[in-house]
Amino acid sequence: MAIDREQLLKVAHLARLELREEEIERLEGQLNDILEAVSKVSELDLSDVPPTSHPLEVVNVWGDDEPRPCLPVEEALANAPEREGDFFKVPPGGAA
Amino acid sequence: MIDTLRLTAYEAATLLRNKEISGAELWEAYRRAIDERDGELHCFLHVCDDPGGDGLPLAVKDVIGTKGIPTTAGSKILEGYVPVYDSTVVRRAKENHGLRILGKTNTDEFAMGSSTENSAFGPTRNPWDPSRVPGGSGGGSAAAVSAGLAPWALGSDTGGSIKQPSALCGNVGLRPTYGTVSRYGIVAFASSLDQVGPVARTVRDCAYLYSIIAGRDACDTTTVELPHPVELPEAVDLKGVRIGVPKELNESHGIEPGVAAAVQAAIATLEELGAEVQECSLPLSVEYGMACYYLITPAEASSNLARYDGVRYGFRAAADERLEMYERTRDEGFGDEPKRRIMVGTYALSAGYYDAYYGQAQKVRTVIKREHDALFESFDALVSPTSPTVAFPLGARTADPIAMYLSDLLTIPSCMAGLPGLNVPCGLSEGLPVGLQLVGPQFSENTLFRLGHALEQAISFDPVPERLR
Repeated sequence: MAIDREQLLKVAHLARLELREEEIERLEGQLNDILEAVSKVSELDLSDVPPTSHPLEVVNVWGDDEPRPCLPVEEALANAPEREGDFFKVPPGGAA
Repeated sequence: MIDTLRLTAYEAATLLRNKEISGAELWEAYRRAIDERDGELHCFLHVCDDPGGDGLPLAVKDVIGTKGIPTTAGSKILEGYVPVYDSTVVRRAKENHGLRILGKTNTDEFAMGSSTENSAFGPTRNPWDPSRVPGGSGGGSAAAVSAGLAPWALGSDTGGSIKQPSALCGNVGLRPTYGTVSRYGIVAFASSLDQVGPVARTVRDCAYLYSIIAGRDACDTTTVELPHPVELPEAVDLKGVRIGVPKELNESHGIEPGVAAAVQAAIATLEELGAEVQECSLPLSVEYGMACYYLITPAEASSNLARYDGVRYGFRAAADERLEMYERTRDEGFGDEPKRRIMVGTYALSAGYYDAYYGQAQKVRTVIKREHDALFESFDALVSPTSPTVAFPLGARTADPIAMYLSDLLTIPSCMAGLPGLNVPCGLSEGLPVGLQLVGPQFSENTLFRLGHALEQAISFDPVPERLR
């Protein structure tokens, strides 16, 4: 499976990356090399093998539902690139 | 005079306890070593002031969150970020053992790389030969320990980022069993693989630091309690220990002759110490491990790195409109390697490709886990080289992502299976360290420490880089 320029731009948009022209050209070749290498997984017939999403068999870890202090507003906002009052401030709308 | 190149953490703790040196003197010795050598090596992205006290200094990889101390993960997108809370591993080190954070060590951006050349803040250099890489992603932690800039350090390992730099720098690094060390407060890369672990000059120090950070943490529900306490290794007799030598990990194309020779000599030493050594096989794990890893980790990374959007912390690019702000922030903030992995991961997870790529890779992961499980019915540990090559020159693999990916060929399979792995130096090739990888079943750290310690005593590898002796 090869990825063409149009697909690459679509994937970049899904990943919210505004790639520059020279990056698009470089990535097209590199992504195709990487995809070709990783496509090796399709050589194996694994139709009756279950997937592993996690190497330890840990299921349903419950915690007690006890209220605890949470991060104070000033600390939560301490690294904000921009703030207004007690809010993170971002540029307006557009079709995001 | 404190010789930071030779002093082990264990010895330093003894000197402090007996009041033969003060906490301030010890701190000062490491700061002097940093002033003297880090201009050339660039192990640290940030060096701290002495917080006071008599605890041992600890260097911390910059993907590990430290309250009030900048944490960048080697990325411009986190430049200026100062965490408002400590990761669990750092909190345990500070509160339970009084350890003092010496500084934050360099890493490939978001721990993605095998040479530390992907750091947005410039590469780290190998203390054995500064024209060569220290390995990666945790090259800063490994090089700092080998150059005597820290008694020990914390690293993180997804597919080899602790073990491989330890191999290339000639020290001891443990990737613990998945789930034994908390990831709370760690910058996430690929969450089904990421593990925090210790880097040290000796196996005993490595075990000691592991005992400080390991154990269940309510803030990370993927953690479990250790089934048995960590034992500092003492014995050097290996009678009855069964060791497997997987031929694919030992005869793989690309293993340098000097690396193979040093590892074979170490295997012979294990046998002399009483271990039963036998060849075995991991046919599919090695052949399909890389492909599996380079699907699963980019997929998880593309999800984990979605949070870097310029809204709550870190870098934000100027823009008049929100979507433009997200896209520009991410284009300007991320370097090439994270972008490549975000693109591969987003593609592999997208509609129409999910089953063929990500779904299939997860099934390959089951195959890898089963192959390893089967071997551990007959063996207590597996041995191989950690890295196919000794430290390579800066720039040698940067133009070819796949050549760089092959650096982790031998460390990846056991990581996919969630298994612990220990790197122990076993000799030199072309004047550069060669690392031996010991892999065991889940929760077998004590066995790995015992084997590593016995080997360390028998081989007497000098961990101080020749040019610094």
